[in-house]
Amino acid sequence: MRWRRYDEIVAVTAGTKLDARTLRADFPIFEQEIHGKRLAYLDSANTSQKPRQVLDGMTKFYETSYANVHRAVHVLAERATSGLEGAREKTRAFLNAPDAREVIFLRNATEGLNLVAYAWGGNNLGPGDAVVVTELEHHSNFVPWQYIAQRQGAEFLMLRIDENGDPDLSHLEEIARDHTVKVVATNLVSNSLGTIHDLAPLVSWAHEQGAIFVCDAAQAAPHMKVDVQAIGADFVALSGHKMCAPSGIGALWGRGELLRSMEPFLLGGHMINSVRVDKTTWGELPHKFEAGTSPIAEAYGLGLAIDYLEAIGLEAIEAHEHELAAYALGRLAEVPDIRLYGPPAERRAGVVSFNLGDIHPHDVAQILDLQGVAIRAGHHCCQPLMQKLGVAATNRASFYLYTIPEEIDQLVEGLHAVRKVFA
Amino acid sequence: MSTDPGLESLYREVILDHYKNPRGHGVIEDADAEAEGQNPLCGDEVSIYVAFGEDGETIDDVKFSGRGCAISQAATSMLMEMTKGRTADEVAALDKDELLAEIGVPLTPVRLKCAMLGLTTLKVALHKAKGTPLPEGLAGFDELDLA
Repeated sequence: MRWRRYDEIVAVTAGTKLDARTLRADFPIFEQEIHGKRLAYLDSANTSQKPRQVLDGMTKFYETSYANVHRAVHVLAERATSGLEGAREKTRAFLNAPDAREVIFLRNATEGLNLVAYAWGGNNLGPGDAVVVTELEHHSNFVPWQYIAQRQGAEFLMLRIDENGDPDLSHLEEIARDHTVKVVATNLVSNSLGTIHDLAPLVSWAHEQGAIFVCDAAQAAPHMKVDVQAIGADFVALSGHKMCAPSGIGALWGRGELLRSMEPFLLGGHMINSVRVDKTTWGELPHKFEAGTSPIAEAYGLGLAIDYLEAIGLEAIEAHEHELAAYALGRLAEVPDIRLYGPPAERRAGVVSFNLGDIHPHDVAQILDLQGVAIRAGHHCCQPLMQKLGVAATNRASFYLYTIPEEIDQLVEGLHAVRKVFA
Repeated sequence: MSTDPGLESLYREVILDHYKNPRGHGVIEDADAEAEGQNPLCGDEVSIYVAFGEDGETIDDVKFSGRGCAISQAATSMLMEMTKGRTADEVAALDKDELLAEIGVPLTPVRLKCAMLGLTTLKVALHKAKGTPLPEGLAGFDELDLA
């Protein structure tokens, strides 16, 4: 397998510009030094940092408006409920979903994808059926499907990726001939290579097969406009923590008719219509899928994060990341013995995976940390992809709206220091 | 224990030497004891092979293969030197502090898992060969995925 090597900066024309230096001041995390060095936080694909607008807003919510939602008649309960439901409406608009009742608040994208696997797959998959994923999936969109397919006696198929890192669609006809495809599940942006996928061919193919299309948008939602209707997906999952919101809140959007036809995933308080000893009936959407007390302030925080991102503009964020990716690919290519993985800058979000000679990524990341540079080292929850690349792990530098080129310079200097240690 | 090791100390000469020139690297065919260990955090893998002496107790030879970071590979290399010639019982009960003292630099919790991969795998190999039950929470790393 041949992976492209980049020797020069790819030219990218940016649309609306954002000013990362100004935005950076919104993020208190950068007000400290790490090991006596300026913090270069290049691990935003792992999780993003949080702006004051979200942190302060959540604190104020806790201080003035917190109570349990949907359950009490007092004024604090009303404030909290409108905080939660306001966030649901913001999430609906953010995803261009038709109806806020189709937006389910959950812990993260993983929980959303598990919900679909269990609540839809558990009742609709059986022997002779197939679930199709790609080699680029995060384990969150791979393992639940593998598990539920095996449990239901269905086939679990993986589309390999080609030499450009795109899913190889040349076997689709063969798959359709030999299987009843019920689920096609892929990400919109790869968390390990940063590839922004053109989902249209797979979505149409899935629907021609009568399959549902499940989109993992965890890595896309922070970085580009995700329009569930334009994608044509049946389910879309995202994680708040990657998009300036707190951890512990995510969202799943699903087509209303599918969500209504499904059994619940988690059972308990709040998700019921009526409970009798002999029978319980389920609540309406979205409550049917939101058993127990919701992450209330976290959902409110997700709404604040959406406000923050939309004030900057998703297009500006995407353009900024393309610029940084191009700059990083160019600068990193200067480092001897580096191997860069993934597509050209125009087709990637702010993610660059690489290896440095045969130096283990853990050692690279550790030595970078001592220089204030935070990157991810590991398999990025993508072990099938790592097997494809023939490596145990890679280093991954990832960028966001607050990333500045100087952080990438700091990374490059750090890599020279790594080489010196292992020379 | 400091969790802020400097560059000089963590990647000190002796560790880099063991990493670049691992002792006991290889495979023992028809080994009396063997096991494979993985660290799911970073994808490190190590296989350990043991040959016993005529008494069926003394570790006559011990080798390892696999791939991983400098810390895991160097620690396993040191372990080979530390355990050759000792008895299986003794090594199966080896205190992890003995290995940590040999490594001699403070490790963060994540890197501690790297350092312990070889020792844990060796203990599993010995317990398997002797038919003795694995101690609960072997070396305190329950999450290690031991094949």
